[in-house]
Amino acid sequence: MTKKVRDGMSSLLKITDLHVSVEDKPILHGVSLEIRQGEIHALMGPNGSGKSTLAYTLVGHPKYEITGGSIEIDGTPLNELDPCERARKGLFLAFQYPVTIPGVKVSDFLRHAVTNVRNPERKDGESLIPMREFRKELKQKMEELGMDTEFARRYLNEGFSGGEKKRMEILQLAMLQPKFAILDETDSGLDSDAVRVVSEGVRKLSGPQMGVLIITHHERLLEYNVPQFTHVMLAGKIVETGDAALAHELHNHGYAQIRERHPAEAAEEQSRQNRPETVGVATAVAK
Amino acid sequence: MSTEAPATPEVGVGDYQYGFHYGTEDYVFRGRKGIDRDIVKQISQIKKEPKWMLDFRLEALDIFFQKPMPKWGGALSELDFQDIFYYVRASDKQETSWESLPDDIRKTYDRLGIPEAEKKYLAGVKAQYESEVVYGSLQEDLSNKGVIFTDTDSALRDHPELFREYFGTVIPSADNKFAALNSAVWSGGSFIYVPKGVQIEFPLQAYFRINSENMGQFERTLIIVDEEASIHYVEGCTAPTYSSESLHSAVVEIIVKRNARCRYTTIQNWSNNVYNLVTKRAMAYGDSLMEWVDGNLGSKLTMKYPAIYLMEPGARGETLSIAFANHGQHQDAGAKMVHCAPHTSSRIISKSISKGGGRASYRGLVKVENNAHHCKSNVVCDALILDSASRSDTYPYIEVDQDNVAIEHEASVSKIAEEQLLYLMSRGMTETEASAMIVTGFIEPLVKELPMEYAVEMNRLIELQMEGSVG
Repeated sequence: MTKKVRDGMSSLLKITDLHVSVEDKPILHGVSLEIRQGEIHALMGPNGSGKSTLAYTLVGHPKYEITGGSIEIDGTPLNELDPCERARKGLFLAFQYPVTIPGVKVSDFLRHAVTNVRNPERKDGESLIPMREFRKELKQKMEELGMDTEFARRYLNEGFSGGEKKRMEILQLAMLQPKFAILDETDSGLDSDAVRVVSEGVRKLSGPQMGVLIITHHERLLEYNVPQFTHVMLAGKIVETGDAALAHELHNHGYAQIRERHPAEAAEEQSRQNRPETVGVATAVAK
Repeated sequence: MSTEAPATPEVGVGDYQYGFHYGTEDYVFRGRKGIDRDIVKQISQIKKEPKWMLDFRLEALDIFFQKPMPKWGGALSELDFQDIFYYVRASDKQETSWESLPDDIRKTYDRLGIPEAEKKYLAGVKAQYESEVVYGSLQEDLSNKGVIFTDTDSALRDHPELFREYFGTVIPSADNKFAALNSAVWSGGSFIYVPKGVQIEFPLQAYFRINSENMGQFERTLIIVDEEASIHYVEGCTAPTYSSESLHSAVVEIIVKRNARCRYTTIQNWSNNVYNLVTKRAMAYGDSLMEWVDGNLGSKLTMKYPAIYLMEPGARGETLSIAFANHGQHQDAGAKMVHCAPHTSSRIISKSISKGGGRASYRGLVKVENNAHHCKSNVVCDALILDSASRSDTYPYIEVDQDNVAIEHEASVSKIAEEQLLYLMSRGMTETEASAMIVTGFIEPLVKELPMEYAVEMNRLIELQMEGSVG
């Protein structure tokens, strides 16, 4: 383990024995995880192991029902909070499948988002952050991420390529500066140039003020953002936690050894795959 | 296409901020309720009209009594024609300064922001309060160029030839029951003549205000845009919220001559006790452009299908329509395009939103007459339904008597996807804010066509509609 930020000032995202069901089907079976500001955690695991379920549960997707355990930031429970309140407490999810919002300009969307996250007590209809100040900041952040400022005038994710959508998530991350960022397969479906751009973006943004949970199948994102902790998920549980070397090992050898070391979870995984229905993970969105 | 679900009563309704009224009790004239020949004669007499107009009114009244209530569209069974005031006059003359108006009327318009808008971005204003226009202005350079912008009663008196040449030629009294009613009891409205080649840069605006309970407002508007002239006319309308119904039944006739342009923008925001049953029609001649921009946010029931008759080759017609139906509202709105000549083109874009048990219907007609070859028409209707209590219907009618035409029709109905809400909420937006943003985006392709001040107003009204509980 390289560095740890354990000073008293840093915030803590604490997940304790989390059980989650989707449409009455249990998916997570007691996940515990602690992420401090400044730390980078990788979450790996085969398809269907529950990684995205954890991400959606953290952000407050209404379909994901917490049946046990808790999510807290600095001791404040999040379980009952809606996604808006969680965002205002400093939680951010870079979506695996960012949705399109037709007719809503990126700049208008971001101005609302930034205003709300920076003024957690804001009520609907109260004034937004001043336009000049906002534009200046947006322009600067877009330049830092090598984005054409023309993007600000486009409609949110409408007609965006896969890479552009992921970059838009990173731009939001840059503007919102959350305490905790969850990146759900931000590197999937991208060509290698796009993966590099996104990975560098995350590296620039993460720092002592941000705790990051990187959900990935691949190692590339982790080369740019070396995790202090790597967690492996199997059948709705975190079965192993290690350091960057564990991520490397999984990348080279796959999950066969993990399954051998955790036969009970491997069996559970097997029985899940034999279920007739697939697990209800939200994917693309009906327009 | 019809999407229907059982109604649930417990749905929040956005605040209607124009529901106030200042008590005007000392009306200059207020007839009795109900409609008959005496009332019509009385109106004509008070207005000191020529005999031909009285005859026109009485003939229209007969047609009104003869025609049955429409069986289609919205529910009209509760509309009681005998429980309405047909003519109410709050001020004895039209003023040219706001200060000269009676206090309660001036306060009303101040609160609606009309004098302020006039200073900032309007070329002229008419304000109608109950049955009569109480305030009028027009920039001096426009009147010097021969532009006429007056109330319709004054036009009958001051420009009798021009008036008689066009009045009732676009919409005859027998067109429909409500056109006949308007023809019988009309009062107020705008009369505009734009001379040849005169382009009016800033909008002319009329503001219609109903103030008393059980009021019927029947303004009559006539706009003539001469060759190569152009105009943008805007109307707004509001009323106090009462428990009993009021009726607004206007007739708007427009003539757009060769190479001229006319854009008519409506931001209709009546309170939820107003029946809004309006007939609007334009005739567009060679190479002219007529555009209706029709925003319907208020009223209990609106039935309105602005029409464009494309009379000569090269005429173009366009209708952009936005309807928002909230709790207790039915917006039955749409457009009519009638291709009477070859090489004419039309476009209808309709966006409707229904929320809180509201019902929005698109009802449209594209008609191509026998000789009208090489016509093009494009119709796009999109409906957004915000909750399962609300309803959206589409009734597109196409009548084509000619093979050589290109007609396209697209329609979509969508709901706000859970994933869209989640996405916006996960960026710190409340559910209301997120829904409002999605709705604003939905109508953005139309709103961006409006001048900035109206676009801002439209978005603000939509946000107000979105307040309160969602879904």
